[in-house]
Amino acid sequence: MTLKRTAPLVLLTVAALSMSACAQSDRDSGSDGGTSGGDVKDTFTFGAAGAPDVFDPLYATDGETFRITRQIHSGLLGIKPGTADIQPELAESWTPSEDGLSWTFKLRQGVKFSDGTAFDGKAVCYNMDRMYNQKGAGQTAAEYWTYFFGTFSDDPSGSLYKSCEAPDDTTAVINVTRTTSSFPTILSLDSFSMQSPTALEKGDANNVQSAGEGFTYPEYSKNPVGIGPYKISKYDEANKTVALVANESYYGEQPKTKNLVFKIIPDESTRRQELQAGSIDGYDLPNPVDWKGLKDAGNKVEVRPAFNILYLGLNPERNPKLKDLKVRQAIAYALNRDQMVKSQLPEGAQVASQFMPDTVSGYNTSLQPYAYDPEKAKSLLKEAGAEGMTLKFAFPTEVSRPYMPDPQKIHAAFTKDLEAVGIKVEQVSKPWNGGYLDDVSANGAYDAWLLGWTGDYNAADNFLGTFFSDLKGNDFHTSVMPWGKTLSEDLKKADAIVDEGEREAAYQDINKRIAEEYLPGIPVSHSPPALVTSGKVQGLTASPLTAEMFDTVTAGK
Amino acid sequence: MARFIIRRLLQMVGVVFVLSLLLFFWLRSLPGGTVSAILGERATPETRAALTKALGLDQPIWVQYGKFLGRAVRGDFGASTKVLPGADAFDIFLTRFPATVELSFFALLIAVVLAIPLGYLSARRANSPLDSGLVIVSLVGVAVPVFFLAFLLKYQLAVEHNVFPVSGRQDNLNCTRVTNFFVLDGLLTRELDCSVSALKHLVLPSVALATIPFAVIYRITRASVLEVLGEDYVRTAESKGLTARVIRGRHVLRNALLPVVTTIGLQTGGLLAGAVLTEKVFNWGGIGNALADAFQFRDYSVLQVLILAAAGIYVIINLLVDISYAVIDPRVRTR
Repeated sequence: MTLKRTAPLVLLTVAALSMSACAQSDRDSGSDGGTSGGDVKDTFTFGAAGAPDVFDPLYATDGETFRITRQIHSGLLGIKPGTADIQPELAESWTPSEDGLSWTFKLRQGVKFSDGTAFDGKAVCYNMDRMYNQKGAGQTAAEYWTYFFGTFSDDPSGSLYKSCEAPDDTTAVINVTRTTSSFPTILSLDSFSMQSPTALEKGDANNVQSAGEGFTYPEYSKNPVGIGPYKISKYDEANKTVALVANESYYGEQPKTKNLVFKIIPDESTRRQELQAGSIDGYDLPNPVDWKGLKDAGNKVEVRPAFNILYLGLNPERNPKLKDLKVRQAIAYALNRDQMVKSQLPEGAQVASQFMPDTVSGYNTSLQPYAYDPEKAKSLLKEAGAEGMTLKFAFPTEVSRPYMPDPQKIHAAFTKDLEAVGIKVEQVSKPWNGGYLDDVSANGAYDAWLLGWTGDYNAADNFLGTFFSDLKGNDFHTSVMPWGKTLSEDLKKADAIVDEGEREAAYQDINKRIAEEYLPGIPVSHSPPALVTSGKVQGLTASPLTAEMFDTVTAGK
Repeated sequence: MARFIIRRLLQMVGVVFVLSLLLFFWLRSLPGGTVSAILGERATPETRAALTKALGLDQPIWVQYGKFLGRAVRGDFGASTKVLPGADAFDIFLTRFPATVELSFFALLIAVVLAIPLGYLSARRANSPLDSGLVIVSLVGVAVPVFFLAFLLKYQLAVEHNVFPVSGRQDNLNCTRVTNFFVLDGLLTRELDCSVSALKHLVLPSVALATIPFAVIYRITRASVLEVLGEDYVRTAESKGLTARVIRGRHVLRNALLPVVTTIGLQTGGLLAGAVLTEKVFNWGGIGNALADAFQFRDYSVLQVLILAAAGIYVIINLLVDISYAVIDPRVRTR
């Protein structure tokens, strides 16, 4: 058989040809491309930690996606750079009616969507109604609407949103069903950005369908039409890059750098190496242990103000000993949080005295964290008759959160502290997505656990309400405590107060009671996450909400 | 021959079916899952219930499997939840698999091109310093873990000295995609700079991945040439007065290469497995990388497609190797 005999020779020939092609490519290696005249690059490349979801922000759910949608969309309200506070964006001002149930937004004039459609009162109402009228799978996919606005038009009973009117081109009136500190602040969230009604209609944007164990989204969601300094140029799924280009019809200033590229590099050390090699200009979430090395190498580590909380949760339903305040206080006195924060969290991290950071209105400055006092812990345990109690204490693996860079180490330090005061610790761990979250929330399977929260916007309700408002379903099982119902009701009442000063005082009071009388869990720390850029990058403002805008950024050659 | 192939193909269908069953139940018996992976800290009892229902995960597992099978036979494997949300899971396979194949192909190419001539040379100069040196190199090639070598290469040649790119598959942003084999696509669309960039990105990962097949092929070639050199027909050829060139080419190399070709086939399956680790180090957008992502986020649709497809491909490669045996050795067919 001649084929059989000649095969190796053919293979060798092919190999030889290909090798010469390789050699060719080596000789050609050199310029990086994407640069032009001037001393700044016309492309800024950022190393993202994960692949984005859909670019229609209504259906988006994670930070990697919002990082991109934020560049191509605007909301009625925006975020003041470097803070968690709201500022005018597409709406220039907003005023509530006397009862706080009807909000009038004065809109910026002469604004156009990137497809040329005019932005006016009708467009605002079209968007609000479009979100409210989601059907079927679209309702489940619109996770942020469910979370912040409640139900949809087919079940108005649980909805915060009521209706929208556009008396003229520059006015939109949004009616809500109850007063809450969250409205209109939540309109600054990326999910509720304004999109072109023409394009939404044409692209059949609401056509979300169930498909097997997932959803399919309409083609529109890959290239939505909004108002932002950039627009999507290309999402190259095979090469894991998202390219944005300046939106020439943007009403504001044109971006300083014309092209913005996000390279998806899940591995943190690879992101660091790409920055070292100069092939990216910055990346998110550098490991705190690398901060110093990165700075020494001439890079800039931009530390975001901490807008998060790490806590040690307690479940009195599973372990009745925890129903005794003395036992919970003993745990608080037993933990050496100062030491943990100093040795394990990045610089700028602080021990927490309450379940929210100090930038949030309602923070009680008079509260001090429980001091580290093992002797006091022991005597409290003795008084409670809980000496030698066992605590099933869990931490998640396969995860690093902004408020908790290395859960295992934090858990180990706390375990030592607890054992030092005579508490027997049953250590448990599970992968973050492999049962940990289910065990904490749905199953209530642990006595104590590590978890935290990063705020969405500047409101006490976004922290305290998240943890304790929902009496039946909250992770802390406050329903078995005599004060659980009071706390839940007081939080709801405080949230509904229209007057800001009054509301702040109400939250300060609640914070005090949580710390001194209830102590449903131990607030541990606030930890600032960072992002890093090369030394040649200018104009990036780190945001506590991780809501950085890239239109002001330049990278020197 | 046809009966042999048909029988093996039927066996393959059975293998994939049983695997799909095991896989489906195994995935769902793991703690956690898609719902908590999607909702994270934001999960409330209501949103969790709504999402579980919308994804059909509240139904009895047999019903879920039945639906999965019903869709799968029509080529519908469902949509991704997290790896590339909304994308058809099979499309993800089609985008990512070429990356793995491309990497494996170039690794094999490097291995073959270096190993066969060097193996031949070693055998011709058996026990010389050159031979001993090459044997040692090949031992090191087998012994050093691929990902470790990959990391060393990356650090030295990409991070410290910038000779090659650190990670990824291509720098150019405007390349047209046809087959998702980036080098080939550049040639097909005449975007040669795209091919060049893709080749630059291929060098380090494929060199790292090539070490093990290089070592194996080198040693087989060396042993096989040594054996053939001692055969009677070589001596006969020499005594006939044939030129050295004819003897080496026609009598030695051709005969010695038969076992080598089989070895190359067998190494291909192993390459795909090794590629998974190399992909991780070089952030290579291949199937291994997608598999890791899918597992981390419990993306059931994608996991099911990728694992079943990988199994199918492995079975096919084995079938091809068996067929090549059957072609070479007729006794296999009758068994």
